[in-house]
Amino acid sequence: MIRFVDVHKSYRAGGRDIPALQPFSLDIADGEVFGIIGLSGAGKSTLIRLINLLERPSGGQVFVDDVEMTALAEPALRAQRRRIGMIFQHFNLLASQTVAENVAFPIRLAGERRAAVVRPRVEELLARVGLADHADKYPSQLSGGQKQRVGIARALANRPSILLCDEATSALDPQTTASVLALLAEINRELKLTIVLITHEMDVVRRVCDRVAVLDGGAIVERGSVADVFLHPQHATTKRFVNEALPEEAVGAHVPYAQVPGRLLRLSFRGDATMTPALGRVARETGIDFNILAGRIDRIKDLPYGQLTLAMQGDRVDAALAALRQAGIEIEELPR
Amino acid sequence: MNLLQRLFPNIDDWGEIGRACVDTLLMLGGSMALTVAIGLPLGVLLYLTAPNQLRPMPKLYAVTSLLVNILRSVPFIILMIVLMPVTYVLVGTKLGIRGAIPPLVIGAAPFFARLVETALREVQQGVIEASQAMGASLWQIVRHVLLPEARGGIFAGMTVTAIALVGYTAMGGAIGSGGLGDLAYRYGYLSYKSDYMLVTVVLLIVLVQLLQMIGDRIVARFGRH
Repeated sequence: MIRFVDVHKSYRAGGRDIPALQPFSLDIADGEVFGIIGLSGAGKSTLIRLINLLERPSGGQVFVDDVEMTALAEPALRAQRRRIGMIFQHFNLLASQTVAENVAFPIRLAGERRAAVVRPRVEELLARVGLADHADKYPSQLSGGQKQRVGIARALANRPSILLCDEATSALDPQTTASVLALLAEINRELKLTIVLITHEMDVVRRVCDRVAVLDGGAIVERGSVADVFLHPQHATTKRFVNEALPEEAVGAHVPYAQVPGRLLRLSFRGDATMTPALGRVARETGIDFNILAGRIDRIKDLPYGQLTLAMQGDRVDAALAALRQAGIEIEELPR
Repeated sequence: MNLLQRLFPNIDDWGEIGRACVDTLLMLGGSMALTVAIGLPLGVLLYLTAPNQLRPMPKLYAVTSLLVNILRSVPFIILMIVLMPVTYVLVGTKLGIRGAIPPLVIGAAPFFARLVETALREVQQGVIEASQAMGASLWQIVRHVLLPEARGGIFAGMTVTAIALVGYTAMGGAIGSGGLGDLAYRYGYLSYKSDYMLVTVVLLIVLVQLLQMIGDRIVARFGRH
């Protein structure tokens, strides 16, 4: 459990305090994957560093597993940091050490130097991230995705309860991003690890996160379950992020709605509703006609969802909408 | 008359040249070891205490930095003369190999310290942040992150320093520290025996080449992978 209580942060520059994060409170539950999304400069790197106190808050308290991090003296803080793994956008591996030495590094830092203990643990970690054959290579001999896997193995070395991901996939190509995200999801599932990740890509949030907070100009402007935020974004920044995550056809940006007759509606299905042929059934029963303008069917983490933009015509549109709501479909009427 | 005598008519004692070589190497080896022993920690101190670094201490940094700059700005030959009383207190003589080592070290250690500081600054900030996130103490960061990551630059700095020291030992020869510089100065310059000058210069060139080669090998072996 990570808990921020009235935390704020400002930097001192040129004799003035420049606010980086507005006062906020936030709870992140054990075992969840929590995403923080924002543009660069929104304060997300600062926020994630407040958890292991790489950045000290200007005010407020930070608790990790009921330990008040902000009250710890240096040695206790170091001990606590060993229980929080962290991975980075640019991997930050030791270039002078092999893959195995990099993974062993945090174990050695924690005082365990016996090869009989360290070596099997390193092997187990490298096997988990799929790099068992690369133990004796140097980081410069690896691809970006492999380097991040080493970073993940290293972050897991001391069996942390929390993993912080600082733009962990931002330097990777889409395929590598997908495989690293799949690995993170697997770790979250199997090790019951809490994951906090920051990103500027909504797609990353959609694929792995349970909950999300949207950061804009140093303030949390929206937060909630990923499905809620993704399907019904409220804040302008959130909407921009969501639209970026969707292909143009799904947003329907290029369709000239003005010429389409009927009422413009956006239907959102999630979970079980995605699996039932509700739209066809309701159309038959009420005799309405519909014209699909844009649509997308995908998954939010493990939850299947669909979103359709359509124009509906007929005498009994209201009855049809009521029947669709009955079937668990969320409906938004779009302005023309 | 053999070939050597015909080429170098003034050189009647090659053993003297050999002894001068050994003296130069001893001065070099002794001063280099002490230069590293003093300059490395000094360089780490400069790095750590600089503004915005791991342990910023503006006053200590300013004083150390000034001292280093002062020692670096005095030409070695003058430094050597100025330091003579200090040298006498430290090693009991102003002459010979022993007399040469204190000024050599005092001249070269600040130079090497700056090279160490520069090499440490090349270490990626992110790697240091990662080790802090892993709960590393300051000493662990220095010992296990900064020094290993910067070792290529540090070995390159050692090479540069060793070569600078060869030059310093030759200058030291002018004021009685012995070695190849002394030979070149006494016979080559004061007595116009240019064959002495030629031989010592060639030997110094060979020595510098060897140091550079060995240094490059070490950097290639232990530098970045």
